[in-house]
Amino acid sequence: MALFEARGLHKRFGDQVVLERIDLSFEAGRLSGIMGPNGAGKTTCFNVLTGRYKPDRGTVTLDGEDITGLAPHRIVARGVSRSFQIMNLFDEYTALDNVVIALPEVRARGFQVGHGLDGNSAAQDRAAAILEKVGLRGRERVNARRLSYGERRALEIGVALATEPRLLFVDEPTAGLGTAATARLAELLGELKAHTTIVMIEHDMRFLFGLADRISVIHWGQVIAEGTPDELRENAWVRRSNLGGLA
Amino acid sequence: MDYDTKQTAAWVTGPILLSLVLFGTLPLWVEAVGLYQYLGVEVLIWVIFALGFNLLLGYTGLPSFGHGAFLGIGAYAFGLAQFEVWANLWFCLAAAVVVAGLFGAVTALFLSHRRGIYFALMSIAFGQIYYFVASKWTDVTQGEDGLLNIERLPVDFGVVEFSIRDNAGLYYLCFAVYAVLVVVLWRLTNSPYGRILRAIKQNQTRVAFIGYPVTLYKWSVFTLSCAIAGLAGGLFAMAQEGAYINVMSLQWSGIIVLMVLIGGGFVSFWGPVLGVVLYFVARDVLGAYTETWLLWFGLMFVILVMFKPQGIAGIWQDLARRVAARRGRAPDAVSRAEG
Repeated sequence: MALFEARGLHKRFGDQVVLERIDLSFEAGRLSGIMGPNGAGKTTCFNVLTGRYKPDRGTVTLDGEDITGLAPHRIVARGVSRSFQIMNLFDEYTALDNVVIALPEVRARGFQVGHGLDGNSAAQDRAAAILEKVGLRGRERVNARRLSYGERRALEIGVALATEPRLLFVDEPTAGLGTAATARLAELLGELKAHTTIVMIEHDMRFLFGLADRISVIHWGQVIAEGTPDELRENAWVRRSNLGGLA
Repeated sequence: MDYDTKQTAAWVTGPILLSLVLFGTLPLWVEAVGLYQYLGVEVLIWVIFALGFNLLLGYTGLPSFGHGAFLGIGAYAFGLAQFEVWANLWFCLAAAVVVAGLFGAVTALFLSHRRGIYFALMSIAFGQIYYFVASKWTDVTQGEDGLLNIERLPVDFGVVEFSIRDNAGLYYLCFAVYAVLVVVLWRLTNSPYGRILRAIKQNQTRVAFIGYPVTLYKWSVFTLSCAIAGLAGGLFAMAQEGAYINVMSLQWSGIIVLMVLIGGGFVSFWGPVLGVVLYFVARDVLGAYTETWLLWFGLMFVILVMFKPQGIAGIWQDLARRVAARRGRAPDAVSRAEG
């Protein structure tokens, strides 16, 4: 059984149908990719899968449990986390504080008022380890807004990792990154996929085809092709489109 | 624009002690500087109101523009509890807190899933609803006349009782409430709860996607802020020896925003205190020279918003950084706890 499944997802905004009968299935322990041209509905699909939008029709299940339409915090509590295409960080907090606040043990004590977070050395150490993992060692005390673009991208993933997800959704992680930063990110995601199931939207086809075990192609709000990177390279639609050429 | 990120585990800090010394000795020197005892009572009541209000505006970034309604509800609750139930200070103050908190809790059910301009407009709408209900429900509130002859009930400790009929006595009751509240709010804002409120101000979406029930946090802080407004309202009812609808008006709801912003509530825990003191001192000092003192105060607000939106506390923080830099310390080394 797949770890995460979406069946017959349908989403419209006003008159515009954005997702139409989307079926997706993500196996545990794999890195699954979602690709498609701009405006295909990829990010809307992510938003529906992670609880930001409720689907008009269809179901989403995690480990067999129906999580359709649950609020984001309830989905996070079940072990699903995500990063954003447009970065969502706490700009006035340090990189370390961005991660600390996302840790499950800090979340569990969110309504406690008798102590400060800075005295919680275990949480600080765990957050520092996550920052080291995403390549931000030495930048712990820098405010998020003062980090470089590439560092902010890395922090975005670090914050998502801090929730200890078993399933991580990553939305266009290479957007705006240079060659060196993209290579570092590929290395990081390669390491992460060893113990975390990952679903990634990506425009950089070389990046995606190099990492993904399986890829779904979304166009006009529908899944038009699925398969391994090798299978998709042979897919007629992908070959005809610019997407296939880049891979 | 936010508070410094360093958190403290201390319950009492230097600035808290300084404020306790200044306010604790105020009755001894306030007349010597040409002011009067009742001014101290007003200042402390509005400081209590403003500190609670800043949990919403400064810490959580929720622009509540109808908050005066909850001060008024607290005042009415205090008066009605005194007249209709039990004329005991602790009971009446508790009634003010609980009733205002309940009204806040119900209001927050409608507001807490909103943000930005929608939150602001809804808060105004609810404030106006409560204002008009208070003005028309004359059987309970006495309408435009207000609830008259509310007594300054004695401070009853069972074995010993203190009268607070004079302004100095009432002042020290307000001071005791302030002393407890400022420590509690300091801890609260320096706790994980406070950190999450500030995170909501910065990025509500991200807070939800790291697993926090944002709506519940917003509901809880709104309710708490209203309960504190009710506490201030109960004290205000005793100060004025009556409960009147004027404080529930949009104008007074705007003035608390003005006080908090001028003081620097967005960048400092102490911003609301500075703003309230400045407002009342300006009212009395500028007011002695011109009836249009509020015009000059408003102009000061405009200038601050244009050139230093961090308010007086922001100016103070800039000065502290410059002094630290001159002494050879890096600006980042100016280590201050949140606030």
